[in-house]
Amino acid sequence: MSELIDLTAAQAAERIRAGEISATELFEAYRERAAADELNAFTWVAEAAPESNGNASKPLGGVPVAVKDLFCTEGVPSQSGSKILEGYRPPYTATVVAKLDGAGAPLLGKTNQDEFAMGSSNENSAFGPVLNPWDRTRVPGGSSGGSAAAVAAGSAPWAIGTDTGGSIRQPAALCGIVGLKPTYGACSRYGMIAFASSLDQAGPLTRDVTDAALMFRHMIGRDQLDSTSLEYPGEIAPPSSEDLKGIRLGVPEDLTGAEGGIEPGVRENFEATLALAEQLGASIEPCRLPHAPHALSAYYLIAPAEASANLARFDGVRYGLRVDGDQDLVTMYSRTRERGFGPEVKRRIMLGTYALSSGYYDAYYGTAQKVRTKIAEDFRAAFERFDFIAIPTSPCTAFELGAKLDDPLAMYLNDFLAVPMSLAGIPAISIPSGLSDGLPVGFQLAGPAFSESRLLDAAHALERAIQFDGGRPMTDGGGNAT
Amino acid sequence: MTAYEPVIGLEIHVQLDTRTKMFCGCELSFNDPPNIHTCPTCLGLPGALPVVNERAIHFGIMIGLALGCEIAERSLFHRKNYFYPDLPKGYQISQYDVPLCLGGRLGDVRIHRVHLEEDAAKLNHLGASGRIHGSDRSWVDFNRGGTPLVEIVTEPDIRSPEQAREWLILLRTTLRQLGVSDVDMSQGSLRCDANVSIRRTGTSELGTKTELKNMNSFAYLERGVKAEIERQRRLLETGEEVEQETLHYDPATDSLTPLRSKEEAHDYRYFPEPDLVPLVVGEEMLAAARADMPAELPAERAERFERELGLHADTARLFAFRAELGDYFERALGAAGSQGNGGLEPAELSNWIPPLVERIGSDADPSSSNVTPESLATLATMVKAREVSRDAAREVLTLLVKEGGDPRAIVEREGLGAITGEDDGLAEIVDRAIASDPAAAEKVRDGNMKAIGPLVGYVMRETKGRADGGEITRLIRDRLQG
Amino acid sequence: MLDRDQVLHVARLARLELGEQEVARMAEELSKVLGHIEKIRELDLEGVAPTSHVIDVVNALRPDDPTPSLPRDVILAAAPEPLNDGFGVPSPGAA
Repeated sequence: MSELIDLTAAQAAERIRAGEISATELFEAYRERAAADELNAFTWVAEAAPESNGNASKPLGGVPVAVKDLFCTEGVPSQSGSKILEGYRPPYTATVVAKLDGAGAPLLGKTNQDEFAMGSSNENSAFGPVLNPWDRTRVPGGSSGGSAAAVAAGSAPWAIGTDTGGSIRQPAALCGIVGLKPTYGACSRYGMIAFASSLDQAGPLTRDVTDAALMFRHMIGRDQLDSTSLEYPGEIAPPSSEDLKGIRLGVPEDLTGAEGGIEPGVRENFEATLALAEQLGASIEPCRLPHAPHALSAYYLIAPAEASANLARFDGVRYGLRVDGDQDLVTMYSRTRERGFGPEVKRRIMLGTYALSSGYYDAYYGTAQKVRTKIAEDFRAAFERFDFIAIPTSPCTAFELGAKLDDPLAMYLNDFLAVPMSLAGIPAISIPSGLSDGLPVGFQLAGPAFSESRLLDAAHALERAIQFDGGRPMTDGGGNAT
Repeated sequence: MTAYEPVIGLEIHVQLDTRTKMFCGCELSFNDPPNIHTCPTCLGLPGALPVVNERAIHFGIMIGLALGCEIAERSLFHRKNYFYPDLPKGYQISQYDVPLCLGGRLGDVRIHRVHLEEDAAKLNHLGASGRIHGSDRSWVDFNRGGTPLVEIVTEPDIRSPEQAREWLILLRTTLRQLGVSDVDMSQGSLRCDANVSIRRTGTSELGTKTELKNMNSFAYLERGVKAEIERQRRLLETGEEVEQETLHYDPATDSLTPLRSKEEAHDYRYFPEPDLVPLVVGEEMLAAARADMPAELPAERAERFERELGLHADTARLFAFRAELGDYFERALGAAGSQGNGGLEPAELSNWIPPLVERIGSDADPSSSNVTPESLATLATMVKAREVSRDAAREVLTLLVKEGGDPRAIVEREGLGAITGEDDGLAEIVDRAIASDPAAAEKVRDGNMKAIGPLVGYVMRETKGRADGGEITRLIRDRLQG
Repeated sequence: MLDRDQVLHVARLARLELGEQEVARMAEELSKVLGHIEKIRELDLEGVAPTSHVIDVVNALRPDDPTPSLPRDVILAAAPEPLNDGFGVPSPGAA
């Protein structure tokens, strides 16, 4: 069995299509591990492998995929980590999940997450926190913590998550795996339980860059059901680069120089990775993103504002939790939402409602959208001189469970290296670049809109040189011993 | 007693006659069983997204063109946020400060704006009256939710309840001719609220306005507005102030009850809808809308009736603004022409429509009566040719309304043919009239034509109205004055 | 900078019934977050257009063709209070 688990998704798909291994056997191997998961990474696991339905001859060969809880999966619980949707089974399936299934990647299980994708530690789930497979006293990151932990622990070959302000990239970094946030609009949002509509994007969490490219290739495409989805220009080829000759990397000192921002261990690893990139032929220079330091503030106005409207549908009328009792309508609404939402979600709904409210719109939401315009302009200007922006994914490695729960602002500040790309709608990838005190560190590359192919290629070259060994959590008792 | 002048503006909602809803492909419903036309989008299920119906835009542009509005080159959808059971997402997708159309005019009333939005679902109340007060439980039917609506807001140019009613009829005729809606107030495809204020005549400042709702017929609109003007007048005359509030008009009791007071005024927290992209109306869309417009809209038709056909201004407006009258009239005109109309002027023919309307009821459509346009034309021609007197013709009309048929046959059957001076017997009746009232006869002999009335009346009675009044007068005068 | 009354007002807009302690905590936490976020108001953003849409797409329209609706029993299966083939709720007018 351990051989099967050791294969990357791409490798497994190839072997299955070549008839060397059985898709059912592979599914079963993962299913068992997922069911036995001790990290609380899963909220639901398939009961059996799908009946053979020709998956073996499809591009993804029947390699199962773990899906973040907020993707609607017909007939299967889709709760977005929230009590207000506990047990909710939607009557339809999200487009990207259907696409992957159609390409031969059946549903392995639903993964745990921060409630409504709000959080950076997966401690905000109504179904309990997820543990980091590298050290179970620590968080896996969030909000796609379950997806990241499952992939890192070898309980899933690969997974999809969502990234609104770093929720794919940051857990990928904290768990030592690859995470890609695509260009906004590249993947359909239909069937994704919404957090912040202008920021949410689905994307892969995988063991390596090749797997990320393979999954992404089968996720993209214009969806008639999502007005904000685009026809992706060009194809995503399997990445092949082995060097970075001619690649110009820009390092934004407006962010890396931030006071009290980045942990020393992370910074050290970042510098070392930059040196490696140089050896591979990249040129490295500082670049300016003057408004990037304000990205966090803009993000924490725009995202909660959109969320406050997106979460208004959870009112106990048509589905989900309702607090019953002899009461009037307004009380029913207010008690249902009070009981059904966790503290972080309530905080953000309040923040968002306030930012949109009469008398405050211009000062808060309106201003934030102007800052957003400037941030996008900053990136466009930078990309005239540089191919990619290089920066750490997260300012710190995995912190201890409970360490930041008392201070919401401290938790929010974790996101400052990831949110600028989200606001600008540009793609960014995190790859594991080493360890700091035994915990994984992520290296982030961001590129202009629709540059995923080149981004994946550059990441591939770097990954090859870094030679990160992600196997320890799979064998060390951190995840499931094989 | 101070003279007050009413200042009235109307806010109209029109349900569009598309096949599917505004933001999803569910079919529109017509008194169907509850909740059989829903989908994730119009039910507000988690993860669902809206997609704009292109035909609704097409109809919206047509309405804008018909009302002489500026069609915005670029407009946006906005979220209007509030909680109510008939609003599944907890917000309505509407348009706010960048609507599809601004400005315009129809008849004497200027248009402020026209925009697109989605209709709410239907909230039904249990309990005897079916009304909201006094019921304990309600239930929602989402069939209607998501129906495309156009909202038309006028400037406060209306100065009387009658004008409000007449203008709304004009609007309804215009929209009917565009073919964009059934515009049936009893079915709810045309809904009208009124904003009413009063001010001292001759002043230009606006008084506090109230909003009137629940007037679902033209008659109720007129009565409701009238009642509100009275209420405000009484308040101001007793030294009180008009409060800004929303009032519900009850036609059964002619009373107005407050629905919401100012304290409950909503803070809608409008922001641009991130799930939809901007609407850009280019030349192609405008050309397509123009191509679908009818050749002649009511305002143009009124002008043609007056200018080219020589109808009286009021008649021209009546026939143009009540299309069923205008259509019937033009068919009758056509029939008269093909009958060889003997010099019948359109204006003369038009005089026969009001008596017809009197007999069939002011809201009825002449073309569904027993009187065909051909027979009306025939009747009018017969009167012009003096084959039958005006009075006798009225009797024929009554019979035509009752039983249909051919006017000539009726005249023959009832013996209503005109009696003229050439007929035997008329001279004899004139002699008897003169003999019956020597005093009157004496006055007429002396030149006092005013005294001729009783003598004419005698002959009319004796001939059962078959003789033409003018003819009788001439005969008597000739007899007496030689 | 957010006092108790403001918190209660916003909570009512958002239909959240916060307990007394929660109101106090919320006032503190939100004030702290807003204190940090406030700084963007000091930026010079004169003449900058707000981003209303991230992608450069307009007119994503769909043809007026019907698509299948969900069966009623499926949608009512999730309803907290199915009533009269619809979704039951306390009456808005009920005191």
